Order: sequence, then structure tokens, then C-alpha cells
Amino acid sequence: MSDPGRGHHDMGGLPAGPVERGEHDYALWEKRVDALLMLLSDKTRDLVRVDELRRGIEQLGSGAYDELSYYERWIASITGVLLGKGVFTSDELGRKMAEVEARAAGDRT
Amino acid sequence: MSDTGQHSHDHAPRPDQDGPLTYYQAMETAVRELLIEKGVVTAEEVRAAVEAMDARSPAQGARVVARAWSDPAFKARLLEDGSAACAELGIDMGPTHLVVVENGEKLHNVIVCTLCSCYPRFLIGLPPDWYKARAYRSRVVREPRAVLGEFGTEIPDDWEVRVHDSTADMRYMVLPRRPAGTEGWSEDQLAELVTRDCMIGVTLPKSP
Repeated sequence: MSDPGRGHHDMGGLPAGPVERGEHDYALWEKRVDALLMLLSDKTRDLVRVDELRRGIEQLGSGAYDELSYYERWIASITGVLLGKGVFTSDELGRKMAEVEARAAGDRT
Repeated sequence: MSDTGQHSHDHAPRPDQDGPLTYYQAMETAVRELLIEKGVVTAEEVRAAVEAMDARSPAQGARVVARAWSDPAFKARLLEDGSAACAELGIDMGPTHLVVVENGEKLHNVIVCTLCSCYPRFLIGLPPDWYKARAYRSRVVREPRAVLGEFGTEIPDDWEVRVHDSTADMRYMVLPRRPAGTEGWSEDQLAELVTRDCMIGVTLPKSP
């Protein structure tokens, strides 16, 4: 049934359910993701362009695309672009994420 | 406290999370700290960028609409070059080009970004959740009247409805019609009638 010419993000005109009007206030971490993109895409840094962000999001795969929230998709894509450009390595990222998670676990105990 | 860590496999979209640290929240913190350590950004720049986005709100757009309703020459400039006209009011549209589409006597406009979530964020702040969600993006281009109806906006059959699908480098904003009964109103009074949703085009301005 899938349309070979259509990416999973390309949903204009497809059937879908009613518009769910609920809204949430953006959390600080979401605003920071947004802020990081603003800074990384500015003229001086030019590290993550908007089309690179979008390509990264479109390449998430249809499962992740629908399962992740909006800013989860953004940070996943931004991280992918930065890794691809060698701004940091996956080792550095893995170590830092473990450190952040350990810190958060410590805060909760 | 809700369980936000489990992945279901039915691909149901999950709400955004404010609970305990999730995988992607940890990723945000890790990436931000690495970028700061490496001197790519500073903590102060991140803080300032968050504050700048917080300062952008529908009130900015309402000011632009109220000026356009009050000053025909400004309206003409706004329709000619939206970004330049906003700059006159001290509003920086950033790198994106603003295209303002005007509602007419029997013409209603509504905006969407079917491919992602492009939105006039520099003018009216971050988009509501439904603007970014599948139902709105999929359906508003095919059955706009039905979608508008879900927002309580009934467009008569003999009106034209135009749906504008954004691209990465330009943003649309709807210029609604000035409500009747507002003759002699100040721009501040007029701006009170202008909501975020009427600048997206899913509703009409408030009645005086």
C-alpha cells in the first residue's frame, strides 16, 4: 500500500483523524534544543543548517518519526549532524550522556 | 509521575515530556555541555537565545495586524514585503522571508507546513502542538473546510478557501479582515482582537 514516491514525513493530503487541540507549554529542555539550533545555524557558526536539520529528521525512519516528540526529533537530528561533522565523537557523546544520567539519578536519590 | 521510558510498538505519538530525565533530554544536556566545553557556544548565549524566543509571542503579530488595519500604506508595504514591514516595527524575522496573505470579502486563507512544521516563529513565537501534528498537516490541504469546522470556523460555501503550504525559507501569516464595529479604535484596542489562531487562519478575529 505504501507510495514509493512519498517520504513518511510528506503527509499532505493523506487521511488522518480529527485535529487534537490540546497544547502544552514548552519545557525548558525543549526551548534549549530550539536555542541550540538558533545558535548552531547562525551565520558565524553555520554548523547545522535548517535543511540539514530537516534531512536528519526525515531520515529518522517512519517508526521513530511518529514515536518521538517534536523536539526529540530535533535533538536527534542536530546530534547526528554534529557527529557527522566531527564536532564531537560518539565516544565523547556516550560518556557525557552517561555522566548526565548519573547526575540526574543522583539528584533523585 | 508517569512512565515515559517505555517504547510501545504501535507507533502512537507520545506527548512531550516534563517528567524525569528521558533519553533525549539527557542527549540535549550532553550536547549542550559538549558544545560549551568545546567553545562552540557559551552558556550565556544559550540562555539569551531561550529568552529571545520566550519574548516572541502572538502579541507581536497582533501589533503588526493592528497597524495594517489602521494604516493602508503600511498594509501595502506588509503585503509587498512582510519581513521589511515587520522590521519597521522593530521585529526581526531572522533568516526567513515573511509572506502575508490577506483575507478578503469572500476569501479565507489558512497556513500549514505539510512537510515539517515551518511557522512564523520569529513573529508570533513557537507553534501550538496541533500545528505540528499529523492530523492538521495531512488534512488541511485536502479538506480545509472540515478542519476549520473543528476549530469552530464555518466558512460559507460561496467563499474561496486558500491553503498556503510553507517552505523552509519562507513563512506565511494570515492578515484577517478588520472586524466591523471597530471604527475609530486605537491600534492597541484593535490588537486585543487579534489571536494567534486567526493569524494561522484557523479562526477569525474576536468580535468587538
